[in-house]
Amino acid sequence: MTFELSQADALTIADAVRSKTVSARTVTEAALAQIAAHDSKLNSFTEVLTDRALADADAIDRAISSGENPGLLAGVPFAVKNLFDVAGLPTLAGSKINQSRPVATQDANAVAALRRAGAVLVGTLNMDEYAYGFVTENSHYGPTHNPHDLSRVAGGSSGGAAAAVAGGLVPLTLGSDTNGSIRVPSAFCGIYGLKPTYGRLSRAGVFLFASSFDHIGPFGRSVRDIAAAFDLMQGADPGDPVCTLRPPEACLPQLDRGIDGFRIAVADGYFAQGGEPEVFAAVAQVAEALSAKQQVTLPEAQRARAAAYVITASEGSNLHLPRLKTRPQDFDPATRDRFLAGAMIPNTWYLQAQRFRRWYRDRVREIFQEVDLILAPTTPCAAPLINQEKMVLDGVEMLVRPNLGLYTQPLSFIGLPILSVPIRRPNQLPVGVQIIAAPYQEALILRAAAVLEAKGITAAPVVVPS
Amino acid sequence: MTDPTANSPNLETLVDLMSQLIDLPIAPEFRPGVIANLARTQTIAQSVMEFSIPDEIEVAPIFTPEP
Repeated sequence: MTFELSQADALTIADAVRSKTVSARTVTEAALAQIAAHDSKLNSFTEVLTDRALADADAIDRAISSGENPGLLAGVPFAVKNLFDVAGLPTLAGSKINQSRPVATQDANAVAALRRAGAVLVGTLNMDEYAYGFVTENSHYGPTHNPHDLSRVAGGSSGGAAAAVAGGLVPLTLGSDTNGSIRVPSAFCGIYGLKPTYGRLSRAGVFLFASSFDHIGPFGRSVRDIAAAFDLMQGADPGDPVCTLRPPEACLPQLDRGIDGFRIAVADGYFAQGGEPEVFAAVAQVAEALSAKQQVTLPEAQRARAAAYVITASEGSNLHLPRLKTRPQDFDPATRDRFLAGAMIPNTWYLQAQRFRRWYRDRVREIFQEVDLILAPTTPCAAPLINQEKMVLDGVEMLVRPNLGLYTQPLSFIGLPILSVPIRRPNQLPVGVQIIAAPYQEALILRAAAVLEAKGITAAPVVVPS
Repeated sequence: MTDPTANSPNLETLVDLMSQLIDLPIAPEFRPGVIANLARTQTIAQSVMEFSIPDEIEVAPIFTPEP
């Protein structure tokens, strides 16, 4: 078996490690070498765990030598957004303030789940401070650069998680998504990013932002890697009050079942306006490949985005209130004023937004009686430049930062599972398409994504940063 | 979108009083940004507040009396 390590997906690497084609140590050393060679250009990592990673890799190799099953992700290097607890590190969540937190005493639930399956944690990744942003232009740790064009943002807030995968530093990462923070960077960096159903994966050991919307999920370069990581992290967890008690549903074994009989529609109205023509062309391309003939209208999507904004600002500000009182000068200027203002939101705005959330959920649930999957653009445009303040969309000039989540916010607002898939566009900046399903229907999404991948409509080749 | 501050002449006062009420000091250099952000939030919240929601619709957050 021959393969190019830096191009291989996680499951290919794990197969090679299990079959002793390559050792976990060799794979880990290669990932560490990739990081050393390229991350100075990307700035995706905030901590590289060389000793710990090599020790874990050696343990995997010993297990294989003793005839033990090293797990589905044996020897696969992975990294996590720095809001996941990693034993021995303070959980930064992109902030300077959290540097003074006590170090975590154990790994976050999701990190532990991947490690139990043999994956090797090699480091932690850059993000917008406290996950409040779509660009990963962090004033404390610097901007993360897009591997496709180093002058452009990687997206955010999980920008490091997307750039590290797209740039071939690691095949698998974890991030979080409150309003689009997995999907936006996945689209900008040209990779797959899954935001599962709200509550489907435990957030225990994750530094939250706005609990009503906080999700975690994987980034990868193949659909099967996304499915594998998702499957491994499922399961009830009393450590997260919103984690579902539903039994896990393995998606990986379902990927080759196809999409016969699926009712797939394109979201029209709000989701078909306000963006660059190229993002709608991408949706049309996916729709054609999946034979999606019909359209659906999600009512009041604009209002859903507004309600998501109010709830996010209010919950995020309350979470950070002690720090806003004592260390406002240590916040990133990109988040500080928004957090301070959010602390002053009248409770009637917040409660109305939460009640609207229930109303909107019920309307969208009705739509899912008629369709199985919905398609929409992930972002209104390809990645903007670093430090770009304004952009023109559909003839309207607007600020970049608040508007990159135009199409993601109204959907995470009601916790729908969504995969952003990277549309194959050689020699152009990546764009993504959201495949959206009813709650807990991740398997349907991943089956459709497997079809797109097999047809070559989507692809996530490694881009060597230059 | 109209200028949100045009309909919110008292936001500066609100920020100053709220700052005292919730004991959240706002440094002078941050105050204009905070007021601008609250004005923006007011504009955004307006569309939510205008929407008529049936009485039976409860708030969405999950609370369980026992973990």
